[in-house]
Amino acid sequence: MAEEVKLFGMWASPFSRRVELALKLKGIPYEYIEEDLSNKSPSLLKYNPIHKKVPLLVHKEKPLAESLVILEYLDETWKNNPILPQDPYERAMARFWAKFIDEKLLPTAAKVSHSTGKEQEQGVEEVHQQLKILENELKGKEFFAGQSIGYLDIVAHVLFWFYSAGEASGVNALTTEKFPIIYEWIEKLIKIDAVNECRIPKEKHQDFIRLRRESLKSASK
Amino acid sequence: MADELVLLDFWPSPFGMRVRIALAEKGIKHEYREEDLRNKSALLLQMNPVHKKIPVLIHNGKPVCESLIQVQYIDEVWHDQAPLLPSDPYQRAIARFWADFVDKKIYELGRKIWTTKGEEQETGKKEFIECLKLLEGELGDKPYFGGENLGYVDVVLVPFYSWFLAYEKCGNFSIEAECPKLIAWAQRCLQKESVSKSLPDQEKVYGFVLQLKKIFGIE
Repeated sequence: MAEEVKLFGMWASPFSRRVELALKLKGIPYEYIEEDLSNKSPSLLKYNPIHKKVPLLVHKEKPLAESLVILEYLDETWKNNPILPQDPYERAMARFWAKFIDEKLLPTAAKVSHSTGKEQEQGVEEVHQQLKILENELKGKEFFAGQSIGYLDIVAHVLFWFYSAGEASGVNALTTEKFPIIYEWIEKLIKIDAVNECRIPKEKHQDFIRLRRESLKSASK
Repeated sequence: MADELVLLDFWPSPFGMRVRIALAEKGIKHEYREEDLRNKSALLLQMNPVHKKIPVLIHNGKPVCESLIQVQYIDEVWHDQAPLLPSDPYQRAIARFWADFVDKKIYELGRKIWTTKGEEQETGKKEFIECLKLLEGELGDKPYFGGENLGYVDVVLVPFYSWFLAYEKCGNFSIEAECPKLIAWAQRCLQKESVSKSLPDQEKVYGFVLQLKKIFGIE
């Protein structure tokens, strides 16, 4: 029943899209509710009073927040098409790299997206270092999870945001020349239906980023 | 084949304490190695090249890094003894949510309290207490976050109790006055050997913090 699972999300949020991708890959029917983050719905605030953020999953009226927590819950509740590895050590490694992406790479990328000049240059250098470390994990494999797409690919698919943001943030940190392996992986990903369905429209995304940069610039004056 | 387990740690680290408690709860034999963070060992740098931090758990030569990941790994490998995460998927998710909350808030806010002063410190104190109150709400009437027994969230949070005296002295406030239930919970946890043997004395941690303040020139 689709009403059993509800996802409160936002089209430009990589965290929200990540949960959608997992739901689609596991074939879990769900109802999607788009949130206007400048005017959060009473439902969102009721179900996620602590962080008041998306994504928020509600399953049989029980709410869950934080995308990585949600991904693990989905995998434990719907056993078909498992996304996490079975072996505890492999799971620990997948979780480690997911944390690296969320706590290191993404904040640095946000810095690049929202800054200019020297600060942005520094940000780009940091992003490059981190992307190189991450790219290493792909060497010799089809996907981060091995032969087929899994948890870490779902978490890492946020790299699309770099790919799609491109010039809109003033600089393109993820280029084919510098990161051929990541590019190859992106090409493989977009051949998968579920991934394609979760892609954010490039132009809409670039407009969104430009608007954000403008508002940040005027806010800091 | 006997399991070889080495824990690279640093005595005042609340993250290291989490792993110590988990290993002790499950009665897992391991070798503890104290790291000097100003002079990190070659083994540490080799086993955690990405972050170069402790704790690092080395199981049969393979490293696991990041304390929450280590505690979950220990729980999954040694799943028969003293399970830390609940078996129900929703309860597990709730436990992971709160562990994530502790990680995102408690360490940084605590750090703010002992490294700043004036307005910044006041804000830190206020937010810190707010977070502890939220945790008290989650604890409710249960003896432990894990219910009748020590669980994942207990293991993740209780190490910070060893830093409470340092926060109180640096911030000039009483955590017990604001959050008596949480203090009662912490003291209940300390009744367990796995916790009391893993947490350093609060005075010792306070002494360490004073040393750090001197080194970094923080008043």
